[in-house]
Amino acid sequence: MSVNDRIVADFVKNKIELVTTVPCKQLAGVIEKIDQSPDIYHIPSNKEDEGMGICAGAFMGGKRSAIIMQNTAIGVTVNTLVTLTQYYRMPLPMLISYRGELGEPVACQVEMAVHTKALLAQLHIPTYHFHKEQDADELDAILNHCFMCNKPVAILTDASFWKGY
Amino acid sequence: MIRSDILKNLIPVISNEFVVCNIGLPSQELHMLDDQPTNFYMLGTMGLSSSIGLGLALVQKQTVIAIDGDGSVLTNFGTLPTIANNVADNFILFIVDNGSYGSTGDQPTYAGKKTSLSKVAEACGCENVIECQASEAADVMKSAIASRKMTIIVCKCESGNIKVPVITMDPVVIRDRFMRELSARSAG
Repeated sequence: MSVNDRIVADFVKNKIELVTTVPCKQLAGVIEKIDQSPDIYHIPSNKEDEGMGICAGAFMGGKRSAIIMQNTAIGVTVNTLVTLTQYYRMPLPMLISYRGELGEPVACQVEMAVHTKALLAQLHIPTYHFHKEQDADELDAILNHCFMCNKPVAILTDASFWKGY
Repeated sequence: MIRSDILKNLIPVISNEFVVCNIGLPSQELHMLDDQPTNFYMLGTMGLSSSIGLGLALVQKQTVIAIDGDGSVLTNFGTLPTIANNVADNFILFIVDNGSYGSTGDQPTYAGKKTSLSKVAEACGCENVIECQASEAADVMKSAIASRKMTIIVCKCESGNIKVPVITMDPVVIRDRFMRELSARSAG
């Protein structure tokens, strides 16, 4: 099974029925699989905070959801994570492409990469870093953990995990 | 008429419906006038009332009304194409368009100048867009609920605020009682 299929299978296993996405080149494959999944309603967002609002609504409607986005979005969504997701105690798995790590061809991406983990730590968001493909073995447990504790949880996936750019 | 007059007129129509209410004075006014378990008050995150409402409407069958403002829609303009392209016929977006950022001191918005939110909504692909005057709000809302079609209502009114207390209810309590009520009604 491809890593993209494995991610979608773990989403479905954890009863995630709505996924919102803001694209990244690295995430193109998994976004395509999400879109094709008959078990998941895929709703592309125009901005990540909008997507988090949609996920908050879905949670209140009794359905599990997730967001797929790039790490630059952490800069965009600090207020939403704090005053919506965390303030109302809502679960939110965030599958994040960790741009700006080893192998990154675009220098500007490094500018946000150096802040990504620090911001997540400052926000007290449980953070997992997938560097090798086998790290994805933990995804099922991470999703379970997220819905157990009603917190946003970050899964950073770097270029090595996606096997290059 | 100002926003609080519209809310007073709307209450008999929406009191029994699930409402996601915009941050600041709209939520504070609704909370003071007609606090209900079916009301979800936004205490933070300007702009996301429509997004929360859409997510809620997409995953279950109860009617969802998002009360928004022109300033908040301008803040989260990307919401309108998303709404247009993900039709939830149990969703009504009600935009109080008073041409100002009411909660922050009535600074003028572009919606009160050259920008027409109803035209923007239509250009984004929203199919049932109604622009109405404040005095028509309750009737328009009644028809929208009965239509069972996703509807965007842009309600023009004057800017102005009444004195209201802040909401001191804990956010988790607001969210939990809302979810319990939704769950109970959906089961019934």
